[in-house]
This record gives sequence, C-alpha cells and structure tokens, in this order.
Amino acid sequence: MNALSSFPAVLSARSLHQSFGQTQALRGIDLEVRSGEVLAVMGPSGSGKSTLLHCLAGVMVPDSGSVAYSSPGAQLPLEISALNEPMRSRLRLTDFGFVFQFGQLLPELTAVDNVSIPLLLGGTKRAEAMRRSAEWLDRLGLDGMGEKLPGELSGGQAQRVAVARAMVTSPAVLFADEPTGSLDSLASENVLTLMLELVREIGTTVVMITHDARTAAYADREVVVRDGMIGAGYRVSS
Amino acid sequence: MVNNSLTLLGLLSRQPSYGYDLKHSYDRYFGAGKPLAFGQVYSTLARMIRDELIRALGEETGGGPDRKKYEITVAGQDKVREWLFTPDVPSESLQSNLFAKTVIALLIDDDADRLLDVQRSEHMARMRELTKLKQDAELLQVLMCDHGLFHIEADLRWIELTSARLARLKKELQNA
Repeated sequence: MNALSSFPAVLSARSLHQSFGQTQALRGIDLEVRSGEVLAVMGPSGSGKSTLLHCLAGVMVPDSGSVAYSSPGAQLPLEISALNEPMRSRLRLTDFGFVFQFGQLLPELTAVDNVSIPLLLGGTKRAEAMRRSAEWLDRLGLDGMGEKLPGELSGGQAQRVAVARAMVTSPAVLFADEPTGSLDSLASENVLTLMLELVREIGTTVVMITHDARTAAYADREVVVRDGMIGAGYRVSS
Repeated sequence: MVNNSLTLLGLLSRQPSYGYDLKHSYDRYFGAGKPLAFGQVYSTLARMIRDELIRALGEETGGGPDRKKYEITVAGQDKVREWLFTPDVPSESLQSNLFAKTVIALLIDDDADRLLDVQRSEHMARMRELTKLKQDAELLQVLMCDHGLFHIEADLRWIELTSARLARLKKELQNA
C-alpha cells in the first residue's frame, strides 16, 4: 500500500456521471485523493480524464454524483458539487491552483504581472502581490525574468511562470492538465522536477492529468481512466 | 546488454592500466550495483592478450595478474573504433514473452485486458523507482535511468495500443 493511503482524503468523488449529448464522459467514477499526494490521472484521448479534473476542481458540476473537498483546518468536508458558481469560483481562487498544457499566460502582461493575477483577484494589495510574485519567480529559477513578456520566454520558462502563478496563493490542491505536454524531454523534466519539489515542500496535493508515462512516474500513484471509468487493474500504489 | 570485453578494451584505450584499476573504472561507470568479478576481468584480459588486442607491460614484484599493467595495441584501438561505430541491432526479437502471453490469453479466452493491466502496473512501478533514483543522482546515473525509462515507456505504449486493439485481435485469432 501507498504510505500516503493513511492520510485523510482532500478530495473524494463518489459515483460521478457526466454526459455531453449522447457521449457519456464519466460513467460512475469513485476516487479519493489523499492529502499531500501527487496523483497522476492517465488515459487515452477522449477517455474522460479532463472532465474528471473539471469536476474535481469545481469547474464543472457533474450530472450526478458528488465531490467533497476537505480544506486544511476545516471541520467538515465541503460538497463542491452542491455549491453555486460564484462560490465554486471563490473556492478555486483561494484553495486551488491550475496549470495547463500551454500555460495560458496573458500575452500582454509581463511574467510578474501574470503571476500576480490570482493574488490581485483575491484582494491582496498590489505591492505585496508583486513582492510575492517575484519571490515565486525566483523559486522557479526565473530571477530577473519578471519584466519579460510571455512571447520573450522559452516554452519551459513560460511554463515555469504558469507554475508560479498556480502556486503563488499556496493552494491546497494543484490541478495540472498535461503540464509539460508542449515541452521537449529536458524542459519537461526541469519543469516537473521544480514543480514537484515545491509542492512537496509546501504540502500541496496534486492532481495531474497526463498521457505520458514518464510524467506519471513522478507521481506517487496513478489511476487510468478509460471510457469514463477508472480501470480495475490500475489502482496502483507506489 | 553491455559487451564487457569491448567496454574493458575501450577503458584501456585511455591509458595503460592495472587490472585492478580497470575493474574499478568499469564498476564506476557501468557496474550499477553489479560489479565485475576480478576473475572475469583477468580472464578477459588474458583472452585479449591472446588475440593481440592488448599486451602486458613489464611485471612488477609480487607476480600475480594484479601486478601487471596492460596496454592496448593498434589492433585493439581499431577494434574499439569498429565497435563504437557499428550500430546495434534495434531489437533482438519481435516476439516478447508479453506478446506470447497476450496471444495465449486470447486463444484460451482468458482475460487479456487484465494481463496487460497487471503488466502496466509493474512497468509504472519500475518507472517510479527509476524516476526516484534520478533525484540528486550524478548525470551519468541519470542517463542510465533515462535509458531504462524510455525503454519501459516504449513497452507501455505497446500495451496501450494493444489494449485498444484486443477485441479486433481476438476476432482475428478466433477466425484464423
């Protein structure tokens, strides 16, 4: 068994179902994500793994089933799937971080401005937001790059800015959707190593979607989604 | 598989060395927890002397094989270069044990999907081990782990594709 299996669940999904028209994207998924673990969600294209991540992160409410989130220090779990959109949006801002395949940085803003967005949206004063953003850029090996525009950065550097933006609020859970899918092997390794070093230092839980086995091998365990279900033989512990 | 003889010959082409030093150089670069036995080193050196790929320099007092210094010959240097620039055969065999197990499972109507899942879990566990080994390792060890990781990944891709093709494969085998 995984050493983390005795840790409390941060996210607990029960019997998730989600359809898009005639297509059943999720067909009864049960999943627990333990506090502090790095979980890789694998599966072929169209298997439902992105839909699963969207449901876990409260981006989407499933047709049926529930997602419970236990925030650090909270007495009772919060049922994300029962919250309205403004409440889920607030939760995503305060408790969750997101990294996407192509970074999705705002091209007209500098690196440090991009990183500061979640802080400013959360009400942090600008000077403090800038200080913390610059600090996160430093931690990701991007000192001196704060004033660069995304277009002036390499793919790996831009993705590290995206990681800094996701981590600047010290989220309880980081959701990463193919975080290194657009990078070559070496840049991918650099971004992953740094990202996981920092999340493990802070104790952030990670749910990382990837179709790449070498990326998944950085995780503590993986689950494989196939045809909207978690494969029976894939519940693997490290 | 590392070709031990040619690897030792390659190490010897840097400078004349004692058998003892050669063994330790080998273990440092290629041993990875499986050091060469002294006996194997000295029997390989004796064979290479016979084949005139190396020669023993003057013996020092004490006598035994570990007191001899060995030097590569011109023929030995040619052999090393020939080895370096002869490409390896990409794959020794097209039919692995996993391939055989998958086909048999389909032929006897057993759970081929499960078999592939179990293998996949094993592969992923090994990939996690190698990935952990890379942390804080020297670059040489990182390269070695990467070599293993990419090979396991290739197997996993085959497993993934085969999983997606099982129904069709079963039909073909049953109609054959």
